[in-house]
Amino acid sequence: MLRTEEMLLNVGPQHPSTHGVFRLVLKIDGEIIKEAKPVIGYLHRGTEKLAENLQYTQIIPYTDRMDYLAAMTNNYILVHAVETMMDIKIPDRAEYLRIITMELGRIASHLVWWGTYLLDIGATSPFLYAFREREMIINMLNEISGGRLTFNYMRVGGVKWDAPEGWIEKVKEFIPYMREQLEGYHQLVTGNEIFMNRVKGVGKYTKDDALNYSLSGANLRCTGEKWDLRKDEPYSIYDRFDFDVAVQEGGDAWSRYHVRMKEIEESLKILEQAARQFPSEGDILAKVPKIIKAPKGEAFVRIESPRGEIGCYIASDGKKEPYRLKFRRPSFYNLQILPKLLEGENIANLIAILGAIDIVLGEVDG
Amino acid sequence: MVEELLYSQAGLLNFGIFFLLATVLLLVVLGFVTYAILAERKVMGFMQLRQGPNQVGGRWGLLQTVADVLKLLLKEDAIPKLADRPLFILAPVIAFAPAFMVLATIPFTDKLQFADIGVGLLYYIAISGLTTVGIVTGAWASNNKYALLGGMRAAAQMISYEIPLVMSVLGIVLLTGSLNLNEIVEVQKNGWFIIWQPVAFIVFLIASTAELNRVPFDLPEAESELVAGFHVEYSGFRWAFFMLAEYVYFFAMASLTTVLFLGGWLPLPFLDFIPGAVWFALKFTVVIFILIWFRSTFPRLRADQLMEFGWKVLLPVALANIFLTAILKELLNIF
Repeated sequence: MLRTEEMLLNVGPQHPSTHGVFRLVLKIDGEIIKEAKPVIGYLHRGTEKLAENLQYTQIIPYTDRMDYLAAMTNNYILVHAVETMMDIKIPDRAEYLRIITMELGRIASHLVWWGTYLLDIGATSPFLYAFREREMIINMLNEISGGRLTFNYMRVGGVKWDAPEGWIEKVKEFIPYMREQLEGYHQLVTGNEIFMNRVKGVGKYTKDDALNYSLSGANLRCTGEKWDLRKDEPYSIYDRFDFDVAVQEGGDAWSRYHVRMKEIEESLKILEQAARQFPSEGDILAKVPKIIKAPKGEAFVRIESPRGEIGCYIASDGKKEPYRLKFRRPSFYNLQILPKLLEGENIANLIAILGAIDIVLGEVDG
Repeated sequence: MVEELLYSQAGLLNFGIFFLLATVLLLVVLGFVTYAILAERKVMGFMQLRQGPNQVGGRWGLLQTVADVLKLLLKEDAIPKLADRPLFILAPVIAFAPAFMVLATIPFTDKLQFADIGVGLLYYIAISGLTTVGIVTGAWASNNKYALLGGMRAAAQMISYEIPLVMSVLGIVLLTGSLNLNEIVEVQKNGWFIIWQPVAFIVFLIASTAELNRVPFDLPEAESELVAGFHVEYSGFRWAFFMLAEYVYFFAMASLTTVLFLGGWLPLPFLDFIPGAVWFALKFTVVIFILIWFRSTFPRLRADQLMEFGWKVLLPVALANIFLTAILKELLNIF
């Protein structure tokens, strides 16, 4: 007798499109997903526990390894939390260097997303184009910090290294170049009929859903909620720059795509202004004690990382190590909505939906 | 020459000659496959800001594919424990043999053709359909879920795109009044069919890309979704056979496009001092280049969109084309 049978399909942790070591256990009927169960933890290193035995400066390299595509923002969240507790005033030059490196990192991160997402959808070339531009950013960050991926650049009170000679000029030159390339990206991909068919209306959710699942970043802004901490709760010196928050109404993968592409443009705007206003001299490190001890108490700060709201909670008992350290890792929260989105979709859409969330497994697993 | 042999008394000598010719063709085809893969990697490399192979065999990587094939030959012959063993072994052969068989009827020049069959076009389409059986068999025999999904996709895709493919060439058959590929080329002395049948050409190009399982229709092996699709469990030379089948089809389909729409070996006006074989090779290269170009440009379609496109767009367009061709043929009476 003819009958159909549900099948259990294990996707990952070595699947090419799970962006690292993410695993999904799918119950499928043909190609239709009946139930999806995410399994995480393959990259768990216990950053938060390790931090309890480390001095504050020693924790910074660990934050590099959480969201390894935007390590600068992760650096910043930690030092920002400590600075908030110790109430340190940061020199202007250091603030500008932080903003420039963070925004460069944001562009690099979105470029990786753009390239890999198109790779997931099946187009191979955009990936290489995106990496060409990313390489330029990485080289610039390498020049200033000495690292290509894990920078270990920020310090409590400022930054580790000053900008080498001619570095700001390089950033200035990069901005028009990147704008031109972005134009090319839109011509190659955004208008492509097949691409539109693949992402329009895929992985749709409402603003309420997004808020209930505490999504943040592009995953929230794609539903029409205008929420960007750089604008709404300005930290560092973001209030000095004129930029827009990229918002789309659709709530689908297509909207998320546009939000991220728009964010690259906005980051370029910030970079342009920051490079123009960059003070010609000044300290890059505030006067801080040799051994940093956060005063007794606790603090929670949050900033806008390329992936969403990244938060850092520090509880200190006045020693040179934190008593407890906790990161709110946006990828982890953004991933929560996945099983809901996948129900009833087919396997091709699974890749389009998962890719659009933009997870970094280092961050999901912590 | 081939004609005479075909109608002569069967004998050991005839068999020997045929065997020899077949071997020569096989070598030519293998040579093509070797360099088609290299060309594809090189062209894609240039389009994607890369070098492509540039180590083995000099600056152009001329021996890269040879090295790859040798590597595949030397690899361990791995068969999954729970696979259906006989089918698993048989499947690559079923997939490959038709790919080679279809080459027999393609007229490379007015003299060089292995079998001048009256129903050449029909033969090509009928035989090429067999490969699907090989792919589905391999996918099923692997006893792997990803392979199964890939195999199912392959079956659905190839069946749905075979129909528009056949329909699109019916216009040509109407105009020519023959299924013989030689006659189809001869008729194009009045103008290539790409001019007389532009709609059919577009439908044919799309449907043939789908038949070849190439981007944007590479769903059966969709790397980012199904890992490697139907051949996920295959390795070593069995895997190479699937690849070989794919590239021989690439060769065959490009040849067929050249024959049907680009006038085969026919030269452009005033340039007929250049031999037909060169013309064929030129046109053939253009088709190959376009297909490689597709590969580095397009994203992949989704399975349901693929079906929709095949049945709701390509098929009606192809049917309308037949209708239109019939009317025009009666009214204008040019052929």
